[in-house]
Amino acid sequence: MKYIDEYRDRFKSLECAEAIRRIVTRPWKIMEVCGGQTHAIVRFGIDEIIPAEITLIHGPGCPVCVTPLEILDKAMAIALRKEVTFCTFGDMLRVPGTRGDLAGAKSEGADIRIVYSPMDALTLAHGNSTREVVFFAVGFETTAPANAMAVHQAARLGLRNFSLLVSHMLVPPAMRAMLAAPARQMDGFLAAGHVCTIMGIEEYRPIVERYRVPIVVTGFEPLDILQGIRMCVAQLESGRAKVEIAYARAVRPSGNIPAREMIGEIFEVVPRKWRGIGPIPESGLGLREKYRSFDAEVRFDVVSIEANEPSECLSGLVLQGVRKPEECPAFAMRCTPETPLGATMVSAEGACAAYYRYRRSARA
Amino acid sequence: MRMGDVSFGGAVKRVSLAYTPEAEVGDFVIVHAGFAISRLDQEEAERVFQYLDEIGGLGDSSGSASSGRPGDAGSSGGPLGSGEPVPPGEPERQA
Repeated sequence: MKYIDEYRDRFKSLECAEAIRRIVTRPWKIMEVCGGQTHAIVRFGIDEIIPAEITLIHGPGCPVCVTPLEILDKAMAIALRKEVTFCTFGDMLRVPGTRGDLAGAKSEGADIRIVYSPMDALTLAHGNSTREVVFFAVGFETTAPANAMAVHQAARLGLRNFSLLVSHMLVPPAMRAMLAAPARQMDGFLAAGHVCTIMGIEEYRPIVERYRVPIVVTGFEPLDILQGIRMCVAQLESGRAKVEIAYARAVRPSGNIPAREMIGEIFEVVPRKWRGIGPIPESGLGLREKYRSFDAEVRFDVVSIEANEPSECLSGLVLQGVRKPEECPAFAMRCTPETPLGATMVSAEGACAAYYRYRRSARA
Repeated sequence: MRMGDVSFGGAVKRVSLAYTPEAEVGDFVIVHAGFAISRLDQEEAERVFQYLDEIGGLGDSSGSASSGRPGDAGSSGGPLGSGEPVPPGEPERQA
């Protein structure tokens, strides 16, 4: 497919790896923020063709993985209600909550639907006024415009049977939290390309200035990632710390302005708890007061549900790049995609799932 | 809301163009959760290849230069996965 196949060209990828080899003189740790990038790195073996001086650290950019346990418990409590049709992206179904997962609830008769877009849930609500349709609004900045549009349209249509269970996360505050940690893990970042198609790059300027850390906005194909690494290493080797874009075919510096305007209309910045990491101030989005009537937490009275993480799962350390999935004693033993202990083993963007899928058989 | 037919390697889906008002038939867009979120810039897309040409590659690029994909070629993506760039409209023209 155009814009995909040519960025997977093996010879060009090796050329780019060689270009990195020519400029690297000492060890560097670079964190790829997005779980989609982690999967590409592990799947295509990018970490195996780059110079040994460079260590890639896998970041927290997997929306399924960082959705806190209590939100899953809230989802379950809502989905089990008889009047509710609960709509979700497919990869939330298998994420374990305190008591089971949504897939289990579905098999026991709960009305849970997998949708491709929040607009599908809106259509269900519009055509079904006797059902309470709830959409599980999980994700980062990339997904926020779609969810904001669903609320905007629901308000315009005057729908009273549509609501969102919101667990929206913002990437830059998490990057800042990791940079401020006492044992800072990374020398540079590959920022998440699709988040930046929406938000642009302005948010990263104060981060590079304060923490003197290069941030290169990077795409998702092998050549994109290698180009991001090369630009990041070039900055590190010359002592620079700037925001650069290695994914300019998709990312404009100001982002997607109509999408940002719609996000701002519907959502406001709120504190959020990240699964495995903990609370981070100003790290998420919640519905503005004006749209609070679309908040499923309020409508179904689940605001007070709390939950504690299981202790055996190391996903918090994996999400912050402190541990690699293979270093977890439960990896591929007690924790597999069929019986996951944590979300990083479930999601298509989770680091543990990537290692399980692409590395386990080769290393076993 | 302005909609468009987008071909994902042959599979056509109807997506919202609310956030890409500039998109026209034949363009390539990134789709996420049913919305086109970015129109791809063809000129910028060439940049990495121009760079590699400029630095002259690996030296002797004749003969053994096998063009193929690193790693396997399994399917990727999912509802939350990164959208794939595809043109709105005229699904048949997309290879």
